Amino acid sequence: MELNAISIGFVVFAIFTLGGALGVVTTRNLFQGTIWLMVSLFGVAGYFVLLSAPFLAAVQILVYIGAIAILITFAVMLTRSIARIKERYIRTLPSFIVSLALFLILLLGVAIPIFGAHSPESIPDYVASTRDLGAALVDENGYVVPFLLASVLLTAAMIGAIFIARDENA
Amino acid sequence: MAPLWMYLAVAAALFSIGVFGVLARRNAVAILMSVELMLNAVNINLVAFWRYSETGTDLLLNGYAFTAFVLIVAAAEAAVGLAIIITVYRNRRSVIPEEARALKG
Repeated sequence: MELNAISIGFVVFAIFTLGGALGVVTTRNLFQGTIWLMVSLFGVAGYFVLLSAPFLAAVQILVYIGAIAILITFAVMLTRSIARIKERYIRTLPSFIVSLALFLILLLGVAIPIFGAHSPESIPDYVASTRDLGAALVDENGYVVPFLLASVLLTAAMIGAIFIARDENA
Repeated sequence: MAPLWMYLAVAAALFSIGVFGVLARRNAVAILMSVELMLNAVNINLVAFWRYSETGTDLLLNGYAFTAFVLIVAAAEAAVGLAIIITVYRNRRSVIPEEARALKG
């Protein structure tokens, strides 16, 4: 892999993504954890840019960092006074072993067999644009049914979240 | 462009970190955050395979569109999950999942 802007960006986004993820699972202060989560999600958005999916990168920033991370921040603040949890972890060693084994299995089983294959030269030059995605989402041969189902799902989730979190005594 | 296996390696590491968080953290909000990390690892994989698949002349958008749907489901999951956490906290003064066992038989 030659040294160019894309490979530098790859390494930088890897540091963002994995460093932020490690911050999420290791930090004691959950408020800092949400900040680390935003760093990690930003790194993932960078990968979407590198993979020529700028629409997904914008949605990642707007939905994940703009909405979900803020929502989690509110949840952390609303449940703040119970910061009496003494230990951060349970089952620390088994969990670490399981996740490390999973990482090695994924690396050996998926990443290594395609090592060398799919060189950067073999990827298609022409890549679908946001316009193509928008056309496919409303195309009856495309994704119109999942698209409509997704809107129903979002409405149901929104009403359900309001209904669950509603305080009956208020 | 970086080769495909490097994207898969980063996504595998991100997914494993998320698995560790889900298994080991005690706070329900931290567990939800770890689930979000795992969803993002899957999204990286989907977009990477979509980008590196040889579509020929046909315009295949499966990976791209599926990632968008994963984002939608993640938003719904976060909203409902946090609502449940806040409700459990309001009733039991606890965000530790092990302590919410009112439905345990």
